[in-house]
Amino acid sequence: MSALLQVEGLTKNFGGLSVVSDVSFNLGEGERLALIGPNGAGKTTVFNLLSGVYEPSGGMIRLGGRDISRVPSKDRIKLGMARTFQNIRLMPHLSVVENVMLGQQARVASWGDFLLPLGRSAWRREAEVLLHELGLDTWPGEIVATLPYGIRKKIEVVRALASRPKLLLLDEPAAGLNPTETSSLREFLMGVSRRGVTLLVVEHDMSFVRSLCERAVVLNFGRKIYEGSTQSVQDDPLVLEAYLGPRHAALAAAGSV
Amino acid sequence: MSGYWAGILTILAINIIFAYGIFLPVASGQLNLGGAGFQATGAYAAAFIATQFGLGTVLTVASGTLIAGLLGWLMAYPMLRTKGVYLVLATFAFAEVVSGIVLNSEKLGGPTGLSVPNFIDWYVPVIAAAVVAIGVFYLMSTRFGLNMRACHDDDVVTDLMGVNVRGVKVAAFALGAALAGFAGALYAHAFNYVEIQTFGAMVSIYVLLYVLLGGTQTPWGPIVGAIFFTILPEAIRPVLPLIKKAIIQVFGPIVPATPPDDSWRFVILGLCTIIMMALRPEGLVTSAMIERLRSGRHEPIKTRDFPA
Repeated sequence: MSALLQVEGLTKNFGGLSVVSDVSFNLGEGERLALIGPNGAGKTTVFNLLSGVYEPSGGMIRLGGRDISRVPSKDRIKLGMARTFQNIRLMPHLSVVENVMLGQQARVASWGDFLLPLGRSAWRREAEVLLHELGLDTWPGEIVATLPYGIRKKIEVVRALASRPKLLLLDEPAAGLNPTETSSLREFLMGVSRRGVTLLVVEHDMSFVRSLCERAVVLNFGRKIYEGSTQSVQDDPLVLEAYLGPRHAALAAAGSV
Repeated sequence: MSGYWAGILTILAINIIFAYGIFLPVASGQLNLGGAGFQATGAYAAAFIATQFGLGTVLTVASGTLIAGLLGWLMAYPMLRTKGVYLVLATFAFAEVVSGIVLNSEKLGGPTGLSVPNFIDWYVPVIAAAVVAIGVFYLMSTRFGLNMRACHDDDVVTDLMGVNVRGVKVAAFALGAALAGFAGALYAHAFNYVEIQTFGAMVSIYVLLYVLLGGTQTPWGPIVGAIFFTILPEAIRPVLPLIKKAIIQVFGPIVPATPPDDSWRFVILGLCTIIMMALRPEGLVTSAMIERLRSGRHEPIKTRDFPA
């Protein structure tokens, strides 16, 4: 398995505060990796560093072997890395299909594509087909702000997919979803994965994480404290301590034996 | 056609072009309160070139448009470093600077203004307004238009989607400035006179109102807003004495009613503005409304699980 994403010694300081320090992990092509950790562990910061919202204070990010740590944020999606956001950040005043067409921007090369009407274009047809393939048979002209939360979460994934990424970063895709929506989302993401897209998922819902991802990286206070199978992550003493505190971790470990 | 209606149509057409000039930056998320500055630039450029070099109307209007557009493009770089209310203040200050420069310039006539040769009749601005409207409708239907609207909603995410946010914003601002200059140049020739008082802060505020109250999501907004606010004061004019009479009759004995002060029209206009903001805060015309009208139905949302 060749590594699609290599993170080496990634570090981010805000003034004197070190939010992410010396985090390294690899992500193979077609893999589904979870990035977990307690609140404030630096998961979203790692996403912001990967997608270029923040500039790293140190370390290196390689995508397909190429160092992208200094590539401007708007150009990273063109290299095959798309993301979704912790709080849905669809364009509320655009319709569903327009949001998806915005995701295609990374593949627009010519002025013709830029200055021709989108109304009946191949771009629009492609966006509608993509929505259909992923089972989102919503009225494509529907304004996003009026749609239910679970649907909007999925549309955000479709928008990211419209750029035809090799790597998809999902920031808490299951947050705020009910159990039915969560299981529907898991099937949806398995389908995305079957299309050959590599997934990196930040998530708190552990049963969701275990059923979606094979491997997990756990962060605590900006440091990597675990990397390995999602099945055994809850047996790791450091992970237990990070989530439960030292006293309860010891009790939990004793209880599980 | 009577002179009165020709005058109204001319003003309406110029206001529509001007409103589109403000719509373009506003639709991409930049409140431009310096409209009058760009309009004055276009008007004075056309007037100056017409009087000094004796060029034909086509050339003066074209150069007025171009100069205002270039100025907009140059101003966009420093101005778009600011955001939100600070951008509003920066654009407003820009308009005041333009007005100050004109007032103190001998060449531009100072406070007395310039008279402009080459009269254009009402149908020229009307045709121009139609062409501009079609052009903006076209522009908003392209990917450039989509990117503008995306910048309006969330510029961080738009950037991450691979859009050159700064480029889109600068282009929208400069194009808008050019349209405002076009409106100004037409104004100069339609009224054969320019004086800087015509391009005061109130004009900037009014034209921004046209756009905001008409709706910033679709190119229908500015046209609806400009028509509404240009026609309404005229429509109120004959109704006003009747309203005054009715009010007097309610409150007391019938006395001969003097013709009401003209400024009451603006009281009614203000009330209409407040009512519209309360009832339709996103503007009269929204994209959801256009979509409903176009599809002629409002289907319930269907979802289906992803096929395994």
